[in-house]
Amino acid sequence: MIYAVAVFAPLLGAIVSGLLGRSIGDRAAEAVSILVMVVAAICGVTSFIWIGFLHEPDGTVDIGSWVVSGSFRTSWTLRYDTLSAVMVGMVTFVSTLIHIYSVGYMEHDAFPRYRFFAYLNLFTFAMLMLVTSDNLLQLFFGWEGVGLASYLLIGYWYDRPSANAAAIKAMMVNRVADLPFAVGIALVFLTFGSIEFPIVFAGIQQHMNDMYHVLGSDWRAYEVIGFLLFIGAMGKSAQIFLHTWLPDAMEGPTPVSALIHAATMVTAGVFLMARMSPIMSYAPGALTFVTIIGGTTSLFAATIGCTQFDIKKVIAYSTCSQLGYMFTAAGVAVYQASIFHLFCHAFFKALLFLGAGAVIHAVSGEQDMRKMGGLWKKIPITYTVMWVGSLALAGIFPFAGYYSKDAILEAAYSAGGVGYYGFWCGLIAAGLTAFYSWRVIIMTFHGPSRMDHHVEEHVHESPWVMMGPCIVLAIGALIAGFTLRHEFIGEGWPEFWRDSIVITASNHVLANMEELPGWVGIAPTLVGLLGIATAYTFYMFVPSLPGRMASMFRPIYLLFYNKWYFDEIYDALFVRPGFWIARTFWQVGDVTLINGVPDGMAALTADGARGISKVQTGSLAVYAFVMLIGVVVLVALYLLIR
Amino acid sequence: MNWALAIPEIVLSVCGMGILIVGVLRRQDSTFLCSMLTLGAFLLAAILSVSTVQGIGYHGQFVIDPFSGFVKLLIIAGAALCLILALDYNRKQRISRFEFPVLMLFSVVGMMVMASASNLMTLYLGLELQSLALYVLAAFARDDVRSSEAGLKYFVLSALATGLLLYGISLVYGFAGTMDFAQIARAASDPVHVSPGLVVGIVFVLVGLAFKISAVPFHMWTPDVYEGAPTPVTLFFGTSPKVAAIAVMVRVMVHPFGHLTDQWHTLIVIVSIASMIWGAVAAIGQANIKRMMAFSAIGHMGYALIGLAAGTAVGIRGLLVYMVIYVFMTAGAFACITAMRRNGRSVEMISDLNGLARNDPALAGAMAVAMFSLAGIPILSGFFAKLYIFLAAVQAGMWTLAIIGVLTSVVGAFYYLRVIKVMYFDAPAEQFDARSPSLTFVAAVTTLFTTFFFLFPAPVVGAAQAAAQALFG
Repeated sequence: MIYAVAVFAPLLGAIVSGLLGRSIGDRAAEAVSILVMVVAAICGVTSFIWIGFLHEPDGTVDIGSWVVSGSFRTSWTLRYDTLSAVMVGMVTFVSTLIHIYSVGYMEHDAFPRYRFFAYLNLFTFAMLMLVTSDNLLQLFFGWEGVGLASYLLIGYWYDRPSANAAAIKAMMVNRVADLPFAVGIALVFLTFGSIEFPIVFAGIQQHMNDMYHVLGSDWRAYEVIGFLLFIGAMGKSAQIFLHTWLPDAMEGPTPVSALIHAATMVTAGVFLMARMSPIMSYAPGALTFVTIIGGTTSLFAATIGCTQFDIKKVIAYSTCSQLGYMFTAAGVAVYQASIFHLFCHAFFKALLFLGAGAVIHAVSGEQDMRKMGGLWKKIPITYTVMWVGSLALAGIFPFAGYYSKDAILEAAYSAGGVGYYGFWCGLIAAGLTAFYSWRVIIMTFHGPSRMDHHVEEHVHESPWVMMGPCIVLAIGALIAGFTLRHEFIGEGWPEFWRDSIVITASNHVLANMEELPGWVGIAPTLVGLLGIATAYTFYMFVPSLPGRMASMFRPIYLLFYNKWYFDEIYDALFVRPGFWIARTFWQVGDVTLINGVPDGMAALTADGARGISKVQTGSLAVYAFVMLIGVVVLVALYLLIR
Repeated sequence: MNWALAIPEIVLSVCGMGILIVGVLRRQDSTFLCSMLTLGAFLLAAILSVSTVQGIGYHGQFVIDPFSGFVKLLIIAGAALCLILALDYNRKQRISRFEFPVLMLFSVVGMMVMASASNLMTLYLGLELQSLALYVLAAFARDDVRSSEAGLKYFVLSALATGLLLYGISLVYGFAGTMDFAQIARAASDPVHVSPGLVVGIVFVLVGLAFKISAVPFHMWTPDVYEGAPTPVTLFFGTSPKVAAIAVMVRVMVHPFGHLTDQWHTLIVIVSIASMIWGAVAAIGQANIKRMMAFSAIGHMGYALIGLAAGTAVGIRGLLVYMVIYVFMTAGAFACITAMRRNGRSVEMISDLNGLARNDPALAGAMAVAMFSLAGIPILSGFFAKLYIFLAAVQAGMWTLAIIGVLTSVVGAFYYLRVIKVMYFDAPAEQFDARSPSLTFVAAVTTLFTTFFFLFPAPVVGAAQAAAQALFG
């Protein structure tokens, strides 16, 4: 089945280019990994079309048994339903473009490139395993796989201390989130007696009223499981409190950022919510929490994005913010909207990163926007695709973001309750998003050049191997919204999604979206346009205004600029005490005790050996004397013991 | 009277006298012929030992049971390995005489009698027979001062130990009124009414036997004799007599004095702990590999005694398995030590092994296996030896012994590993002379046994189980 080919082709590529790359050379390794990705993309997109539009029935692909231990059974199985196929199609397609782009971007890299392409393949494969798994353990395998691959890729330039630190940080933060996730999986097994999705989802009604008794209080099983799974999702999808790794992950090469932010890794958390929708839908408490976190993240990350100067960091925070939108939608149980936004976001976020990569490529590796400016005439294609990406991100008609973001905000509003919180956060964030997007465009492409002479001479449009993928993605960002909205969130959704997304019978959010007050539908666009206008005012017409604003609202500016001091707070709360404890263990436990005791013992033993050698004189009389002393001692002892 | 019970001993003795006659009558050098005949006699005796019917004979003085059979086989195996090693060594050292195999043979007869003794008199008889042969063997290189000194020292101290043993036997006889094991057991069956005289007698008997297995503090002779005696004789000291002596000790302690276990078991614990610590610590300072092996032997006897201290069938089983493994790994180590010859002279410093891995990888490999096994590294046999012993100790609730055993193994590992480090990581010294085929044979057999014991432990452990059960009836 071509579905399995789509999943396993990248693995083949990773093996070939990773293990044989040294012998077959960089060019051949690149060719192999791109070839397998093209094959995977063709298969993946075909599968998506078959199931989504030609209504092929759901199915599974059995690979083999994995763990059989008592009543615990898990097999390697690929799940083929709309949700998985959407993800497979999107991941393979976007990832293929990023692979092709990387050929141009990594051209001048000093390291052997086969390693990079092997990691990219591995990353894609892990993500595909994650989205196609038919049980939670295989999902966890993919989950950890993307964690591993992201570690390898963020720290790809391993001779840079900052890259290593960022890679370790990504690993550590994800580890913090993985523990609750693993506990959640264990609780699923405890409750349902299985972690296979078909069995778990079939048992939903049966275990509806299960309770856990913890410390004298009762907790609904679904709430606890939902909450724990969401903590895991927070780590992977960089939601507030566990988001700190994402901006640092910019230390990796730009295509890696694109891959992490668009197709793989960060979308895993959103996917998990949709995949576990049968359980999540019956955990209203956990969903409320999801909405609050999602809404807060969308606003919070947008505020930071407005003040950063590193072009990639701005886009990174925008990802954080957009993920917040997706969780807001998931929190009001409109998983269709969150997956729709995920799908559209993949196109324009990959586009923005690849465009930013082209900019960085053009200005000889510079990432600070204060040292750019006036580039638009020199790199017009890059300029155009950045415009397209920004329009889509800001949610301007008719770009993809317009449909998906509006859908989320409308869903949040129509859900009511905590949904209003999500709505207002999202609405403000939409304005900020437009503002910082045009701040990037204006600072980078307009105004006087702030580059040094040497760099300015070298500014050039990127080669076609880089611009080609950008153009394809630009087209995607333009059309993905209005071509797919009918199936994803419109009236066609029941036959499109079928059983892959479950919402409760009482959930009419999607239907109610049509009957909202008119201003709700228009507000996001208006706010977006306002944001764009503000950006023009600030950075093009009155360039002195940002500085004045910054000094007028200095505390707030510093708060935003320093990313709400999360890194500093975590440093003081966790990192420093952690180091202190580690140092204490090291100095007291290791150096003093673990080294000291054996050293002392060894010294004692050596002394003993010398002492004993002295007794062993060779004199017969001494020997006989020792024997007799021994007899006396033993007899005396024996008589005493009796 | 069922005289047929002693057929293996009788046959072996007759063979010994026959071989002696052959050696004396033949005009040319008949060492090789006598050695081969002795090996044949060993084989015959081994077959007879296995096939002899079981029972008690000679008015209760002589017993054949699975225990004695097990021990006799092991004694013969150890002696045969030593004899094969000695073939070539003695010729090169110019001490090749036909009396050597004959002495060994009579020593083995004495040990077999010890293994079957069920009377203190029989025990003494066997002990003396083997000791007399050993005195001569220790001093066999009579032109070598160290060898003569070794023989003399062993003789004097052994005489002292034998005196203590005899004194103990007479005390036991005086207070129990008998020397027969079964009757002593009956006399001691009520621990409350046992007289102090009998108790002191037991201690003296214990001391006499502890000397033979070189347990601390009766071990003082061991390093000097190990160093001075010709290398194959050193190996012989390290294997068969120790097996015989510890077997006798087990039988005496478990059978006649079995009812007094609570009382003697503390003494065994003390001796065992002292031996383990002394063996581990003292070996560190040694530069001579034969002396190092002497302390190693002391330590290993300490481990084996844990099995006796446990006082259970499981413990005795562990002890017997330990002895089997110990005999083979020691033989492996000594085969390599025997190969340490340079320019026709025997060398025996640890530093002489420098860089052996590059000069003779096979020999270094065999030595490394022996050393790793002696140190108790899994998966070699030495690990299982310790495992069975510690298991018994833990099951009997003797945590102290087990913990001290493990700790001293760690200390002991140092000097075993040092030998390996010297062989594999130091700059190569001059090459050794070519190895003889007989030596290679012994090294190969023992190395294979040590390496692959873990695959087939069942026969050995099963036989040891049967032997231990026989003692506890």
